[in-house]
Amino acid sequence: MPKIVFIEPGGTRREIDAPLGITLMEVARQHAVAGIVAQCGGACACATCHVYIDPTHLAKLSPPEDMEQGMLETAWNPQPNSRLSCQIHITPTLEGLKVTVPAQQR
Amino acid sequence: MISTILIIGGGQAGAQAVDTLRREGFAGRLLLVGEEPELPYQRPPLSKKYLAGDMAPDRLLFRHQSFYDEHRVELHLGVKAVRLDAAAHRVTLADGRQLTYDGLLLCLGATSRRLTCAGADLAGVHYLRGLADVPPIRAGFKPKGRVVIIGGGYIGLETAATFIHMGCEAIVLEMADRVMNRVVAPAVSDYFAREHRAHGVDIRCDMRVVRLEGAGRVERVVCADGSSLAADFVVVGVGAAAVTQLASEAGLACDNGILVDEYCRTSDPSIYAAGDCTNHPSLRYAKRVRLESVDNAFEQGKTAALNLLGRQVTHDRVPWFWSDQFDNKLLIVGLAEGHDRQILRGSLESRSFSVCYLKGRELLAVEAINHSKDYMAARKLIAERALLDPAKLADPLLGLKEAV
Repeated sequence: MPKIVFIEPGGTRREIDAPLGITLMEVARQHAVAGIVAQCGGACACATCHVYIDPTHLAKLSPPEDMEQGMLETAWNPQPNSRLSCQIHITPTLEGLKVTVPAQQR
Repeated sequence: MISTILIIGGGQAGAQAVDTLRREGFAGRLLLVGEEPELPYQRPPLSKKYLAGDMAPDRLLFRHQSFYDEHRVELHLGVKAVRLDAAAHRVTLADGRQLTYDGLLLCLGATSRRLTCAGADLAGVHYLRGLADVPPIRAGFKPKGRVVIIGGGYIGLETAATFIHMGCEAIVLEMADRVMNRVVAPAVSDYFAREHRAHGVDIRCDMRVVRLEGAGRVERVVCADGSSLAADFVVVGVGAAAVTQLASEAGLACDNGILVDEYCRTSDPSIYAAGDCTNHPSLRYAKRVRLESVDNAFEQGKTAALNLLGRQVTHDRVPWFWSDQFDNKLLIVGLAEGHDRQILRGSLESRSFSVCYLKGRELLAVEAINHSKDYMAARKLIAERALLDPAKLADPLLGLKEAV
């Protein structure tokens, strides 16, 4: 299980062993990571699971598809390293991934 | 300060209220009563991935048991609340237990409307609302079997897409002249009917079911035009009604849902309600609405929780909805009622387009098909009561925000 580090909006660091086969959003939800709302539950329909991926890890992820890209452009404070966590599947290559949760989701 | 909060209903609204109450520092006793035996779970995948068998049950859960233990949430699951005594601040459960409260939140949800024609109670006739509805449907499924789906709304079309994915033959019978007629524009209905037909779904509109036939188990669906359709099983998706009995019998004001104000408060000041069961004021549209949507349940659950803690927060949202059918994502934001013009942005052939609803120049609602940009932009514009230029709006090369 790769270890994922979430930095919550208040600055709290959460290290979580993430099971393979689920999404980053689901890991956050199971562990009640603050700031990840994930209203639609992973349907790429709400843009409330927005996170910033540590730039050193960005290349390990497959790039966002059109639907996700369109959502991100109007998310709260989008950055070049913005992603929707529901679209990122946990794989062994994500060991040590650092994810920062934005101060708000909209 | 209230010391005991009781939540009736473990759906999206109830789960969100639990989360909000503990996150916001409520340290008192917190009880959640749910009629279903499972921990609170998400319903949307039930007609999609979960029905297809592509999703493990624990992925449906909002939180695992450890969350409720850690946050001291007393769960009473698999038991129905049968009586509410508002004067005594007491709820009686079906097993006779009595729970008292200082603050009460009703998240009673909605229930599937039932067919009333002859044969409606035959075996093999299914509804899809909760987790327990899924195994019987899957048990009736066989490869190359045939399902007849009654109702061409969200549930009917989403399940049709899933059954095709599972290798079933699917017929959808819709009473109106087009699918999803109550929720989308004619162009969007046309697009989805075309998509379904291209995948092999037999969509038939203007079809009124008069009876179901079979020897103990459904075998045929008979329509008003005389057609008789063989079926291995039937799924019915003809809408839902608010669950209000507990509230109405307790004397709370109800009218197509439990009546609440913008604070999610019922006619009893210590009782709140949230989600599909409420009839509430929409501040944006200046009218009362009853919505069946994840967003509404989530936000009302949160708002009610905050108000139980004395925060005086209003529920003021632009409603939104989504549906997944085959590889199409339909995103709807706003309420179109009262519009005087529809504008199509893009072409159906491009498989990515939107329909904008205007009242004068005011944007009321947008239906976006595989077009998240228009959808996201519309959420902001509608909330801001933006006035748009219809000529610019009709140009799909201009972004929605550039049409002001």
